[in-house]
Order: sequence, then C-alpha cells, then structure tokens
Amino acid sequence: MPTIKSLDDLKRIREEALHKRQAKVDSGSIEIIVGMGTPGIAAGARETMKAILDFIEKESVNDVIVRQTGNIGLDSWEPIVQVMVGNNPRITYGRVKADVARRIMREHVLGGNPVKEFIIEQ
Amino acid sequence: MREITLHLLDITENSVSANAKNIQIKVVEDLSKDLLQMVIQDDGKGMDAETMAAITDPFVTSRKTRKVGLGIPLFKEAAEACNGDLNISSELGKGTCIDVRFQYSHIDRMPLGDLAGTVLSLIIAHADIHWQFDYSYCSHEGDRNTFEFDDQPIKETLGDIPLTEPAILSFLRESLYEGISSCINPN
Repeated sequence: MPTIKSLDDLKRIREEALHKRQAKVDSGSIEIIVGMGTPGIAAGARETMKAILDFIEKESVNDVIVRQTGNIGLDSWEPIVQVMVGNNPRITYGRVKADVARRIMREHVLGGNPVKEFIIEQ
Repeated sequence: MREITLHLLDITENSVSANAKNIQIKVVEDLSKDLLQMVIQDDGKGMDAETMAAITDPFVTSRKTRKVGLGIPLFKEAAEACNGDLNISSELGKGTCIDVRFQYSHIDRMPLGDLAGTVLSLIIAHADIHWQFDYSYCSHEGDRNTFEFDDQPIKETLGDIPLTEPAILSFLRESLYEGISSCINPN
C-alpha cells in the first residue's frame, strides 16, 4: 500500500518556512476567499481555486491564506473571489475564471494593484 | 456538472456548513464490480427526520441567500441516470453520511474528474477541519490497491505553518496525485 511522503520531509519544510519567516519583513497577511457554492462550482470555481493554488506554489508566494465558502449570494457573477490584503477593505471580484485568477494573483496580491475591470461594486 | 468530483466538492460543502469537525471522503473505483462509489461522512449537526425526507427535493435548502438548493438533487439525479443511487443517513447532533453509487461502465456516467485536485482544494480551504481521504481502485481482474490520506499528522508536524506555504502545497499535491495514481498503475 502506498503511503504519503514522509513526515521527515515535512519537518524539513517546516524548518525552512520558519527560517524564511524570521528573515523577511512582515508585509501583512493576505486572505483569499473563493465562493464554492453550487452556482460557483457550476461556473468553474474549482478551476479558479486550482489556478490560485498553482500560482502560490509556482511563484513561491508566502503568507497567503486561501479559504472557500458556500454561496455568497451573487450567483450571476460566479465564480467569485474576495481578496483582503492586510487591513485594506475586502475587494470582491466577479466572473473570475482561471486566467483572471492568475491576473489577480500577479497584479493585486503580488503587485498591490487591484484588477479594476473585474471588481464588483457593492 | 461535468465531473463527478464537482458534485463531491459541492456536497462536501454541506458538511462544512453543518459545522463538521471531521470529514471522511471515501472513493471506490471497482471495475470488477462495475461500481464507482463515493461516501462522505461527517460529524456535523445532522438532520431531523423531516429534513431528511425532504432533502432530495430541489426546493429545500438550509441556505439563506437563496431559497432553492440543488446540490443533493443534482447528484442524486446524475447517479440514478447511471443505474446508481444516492442514500443519506443522518442523525441530529451526530452527523450525516452520504453514499453515492454509479454503474462504472454506464454510457452516461460522467468522468470522475480531478480527484486529487478536488481533495487538495478542500483540505487547503478548510484547514480547521480534520480530513481523511480513502481511495481504492480494483481492476477487472480483482487486484485492489488502496491509498489512505489523513491530514492530522501533517498538521501536527507543521504546527502554526499554514498549508498554503508553497513547499507544503507541493508536498500535499504530490502526495495526493502520487497516492491515487499508484493505485491505478501500481508499477
């Protein structure tokens, strides 16, 4: 029976992560929420989530928390992604397909500039 | 929905909404029995008999933002269209178990889809829940291989390091993809 990769690997990853954390200046935490209710999933929210996780992995983006939630109540705008950077107000994006998610990651999360044309004004 | 794992993602979100602390997902691909089965077991708040009776009705939902719930009816319809079924057992205060079966070879059965990616997304995005994932694959000849994944020891090892740390994301993704593919292609 195959087992998961060893926990020793994980301990090493933990040590490296702790080391990196000490070395860098705190830039404030980033939280990303993907709407994963039935309409969101039907509109492609899983691929959106996957694109976000792939981006974090490939571009080595630290200090990002990713969550998913049920229905946000903006069905016609799905998939919906919300981004909070530090203490800035939460920004809600609509119709976030995988390519838009990658733009949000690059321009907003890394670059600090929200992707205006996909923001839902509430 | 185009893939069975999209239904899985949808249904599991119900367990999260029911405040489950432990969620177990079991997926069985058994070619010798011509069966594709998924079991989602949670320890959430459960349902009373009345809700249970009405749960497969598309006009019942616990959600407040809209009055129509389609998750379970859609999944049930997909299973029944493939000589399968969807059964729910639930007890108030104890939890809910959903058991879905499809005829594996049925012409209308949609593909399973990205199982590892779906489980990864659930584990990362609901980090406060204890996830267990059991996968088993049985060939036409009856050779069975299983993969068991439990995120508890991983989280204990990591302590306060979030699962979204890039190296940990890689670790989880590779563990899941390799675990599943090694059951399908043991060599």
